Amino acid sequence: MTRQRGRFTRAVELLVLGAALALVASGCGGGSSTSTSGGGTTKPNLPTSIGPGEGQLNLVAWEGYAQPDWTKPFEQQTGCKVSAKYAGSSDEMVALMRNGGGGQYDLVSASGDADLRLIFGKDVQPINIGLIPSWNDFIPQLKSPPFNTINGVHYGVSYEWGPNVLLYNHEKVAAPQSWEVIYSSQYKGQITVPDNPIQIADAALYLSKKDQSLGITDPYELTQPQFDAAVNLLKQQRPLIKKYWALASQEITMFKNGDAVVGAAWPYQTNTLKADGVKVSDAIPSEGATGWADTWMLASKAPHPNCAYQWMKYVTTPTVQAQQAIFFGETPANTKACAEMDKQAKGSCAQYHANAPASYFDSISFWKTPLADCGNGKSECVPYTQWQQAWQEIKG
Amino acid sequence: MATAQTQADRPRAAGAGAASAGFSSLLWRRPWLRAVGLLSAPLAWFVLIYLASLAVLLVTAFWRINPFTTDIERVWSLDNFKTLIESATYRRIALRTVGMAAAVTVTDAVVAFPFAYYMARVASSRVRSALFVAVLLPLWASYLARVYAWLLIFASNGALNWAVDKIGLPSLGIGYSNWAMWIVFSYIWLPFMIIPTYAALERVPHSYVEASADLGARGWRTTRRVIMPLALPGVIAGSIFTFSLTLGDYVTPILVGGAGSDFIGNVVYQSVGVANNIPFAAAFATVPVAIMALYLLLARRLGALEAL
Repeated sequence: MTRQRGRFTRAVELLVLGAALALVASGCGGGSSTSTSGGGTTKPNLPTSIGPGEGQLNLVAWEGYAQPDWTKPFEQQTGCKVSAKYAGSSDEMVALMRNGGGGQYDLVSASGDADLRLIFGKDVQPINIGLIPSWNDFIPQLKSPPFNTINGVHYGVSYEWGPNVLLYNHEKVAAPQSWEVIYSSQYKGQITVPDNPIQIADAALYLSKKDQSLGITDPYELTQPQFDAAVNLLKQQRPLIKKYWALASQEITMFKNGDAVVGAAWPYQTNTLKADGVKVSDAIPSEGATGWADTWMLASKAPHPNCAYQWMKYVTTPTVQAQQAIFFGETPANTKACAEMDKQAKGSCAQYHANAPASYFDSISFWKTPLADCGNGKSECVPYTQWQQAWQEIKG
Repeated sequence: MATAQTQADRPRAAGAGAASAGFSSLLWRRPWLRAVGLLSAPLAWFVLIYLASLAVLLVTAFWRINPFTTDIERVWSLDNFKTLIESATYRRIALRTVGMAAAVTVTDAVVAFPFAYYMARVASSRVRSALFVAVLLPLWASYLARVYAWLLIFASNGALNWAVDKIGLPSLGIGYSNWAMWIVFSYIWLPFMIIPTYAALERVPHSYVEASADLGARGWRTTRRVIMPLALPGVIAGSIFTFSLTLGDYVTPILVGGAGSDFIGNVVYQSVGVANNIPFAAAFATVPVAIMALYLLLARRLGALEAL
């Protein structure tokens, strides 16, 4: 036994030595590629025309954003084969665009809370908006919105927008008027909400109406006491939750199997479940809703930029805008899509608010990156990294 | 080369044979040469690919990210480890992971022992082959398919609730919970416990059992005093698999876990794939490495490594 132990100790010594050597080697290799060059907002050299396609296009997209209904005709028209990687949250999109130094993906359908991180992380590059003719027909709020256009430089083209809705099984839940239903114990163990730190903003939005003494005006610009109140509410909500869903398909499965009867969702889940004959409805409760405004952004190291421009040009046309809007249950950026929507599905233009007045757009609290800067010059707001940490604490 | 010269008086025809005989006797006289010949290639692979990446993992754990752009900043600090130790959330997640790994290991040991005993010492050779196939067959199916199958069983309107409803009991809400994870993990890793336990039980010589009976020990006492101690290294070897596989898993918690089911692996996955905080992921990933190192040291002390 002693002899054996001796051999074992020696083996351990060898391993430690090897690890130490590797440590030294890796330490020497590090520290070379951190140089940063230029600002995120320098005037770039933009292409003046779209060249021939490269035969391939790699997308990072939300589920439901690369459906065969419109990718197949695109592939036939341009010869660019579309492959899509679905992401379940804005954080995941940022991580995908950044992992391995980027370079695998051409475009990302980023929401407002990812845009600035991608722009200032130099993961996306400016585009020549003149190459996308449909842009002239966009609603004014989405032509040069502050989340994707900086100093007049466009870092992508707006796509579609919509609200996060309250999804419920209308056989088991009476039409809810308030987000209260996902914070009260009436449906304990049958509630599901997204596994996403931005969910804290939903709690803040609910609190902004319910507890006005907190003085919440913007659910993404929260001072420490406001933030703590929202986090507290979500911690109390945790025992009521069946599961935090990471992918839309998980929530769909749970509603189908009867494991959840009420939850926070995108209209996409409502449409998919309805198509499968599940008895669900959705609503925008009285407190209002958070929402998204998505932008197709071009990766800095996009391997197929011409196909990417072709895609941006194609998906902003009224036909595709209408198809996407009806499929996902959201609102197109292109004002000319309304007539096209009614042609594809009668009444869908009004149903998905494509002809709604500007006040409807302004009623949604669109996702944006929470920063320490509260927007009033004071730096007393809670930045996003703390949102992420708090979210892990909430989930437990 | 001295060996080759001493054999020079052999016939020429055997020259090639003499050279190879010389080489093998050289290896016999210089054992370290033999070790170098056999080990240099795999060891180079092991050190370069495996240990180097582990070392990079360790180094990364001491860096941090820029909070806004999430770029890695190569500034040395212990902040990640401090967060791990000070945060009650991460302590709870680590404890949950280790607790689940231990629970699954104990469950599998309890279920596997009688099964392996029957296979090794009772069953006819034909039944034994059939049982072997039955144990190994699930390993041919995809891990994901088997986890999803349990998801359907546990669903609110799934097979389990249908069955308890038929026998008149209230329906169970164990879908998406730690109970569900415990059952699924125990099911998935069971073969990894049965096989080493079986191998250890089979190696117990029949003469020991007879000797025990000759000395007056009854069946249960023989099992407890002779067979169990001899089979223990096999059970511990199996527990290394069940414990480490559960400890490192993150897919089952995503699929069948509920609110409050995150494992160390999930935090690592989210830190890399969602928050893009690779340094923190690296820091948390060292926790299971340390736990397994302790576990293996303990297992070695109990003689389980020889039974692998």
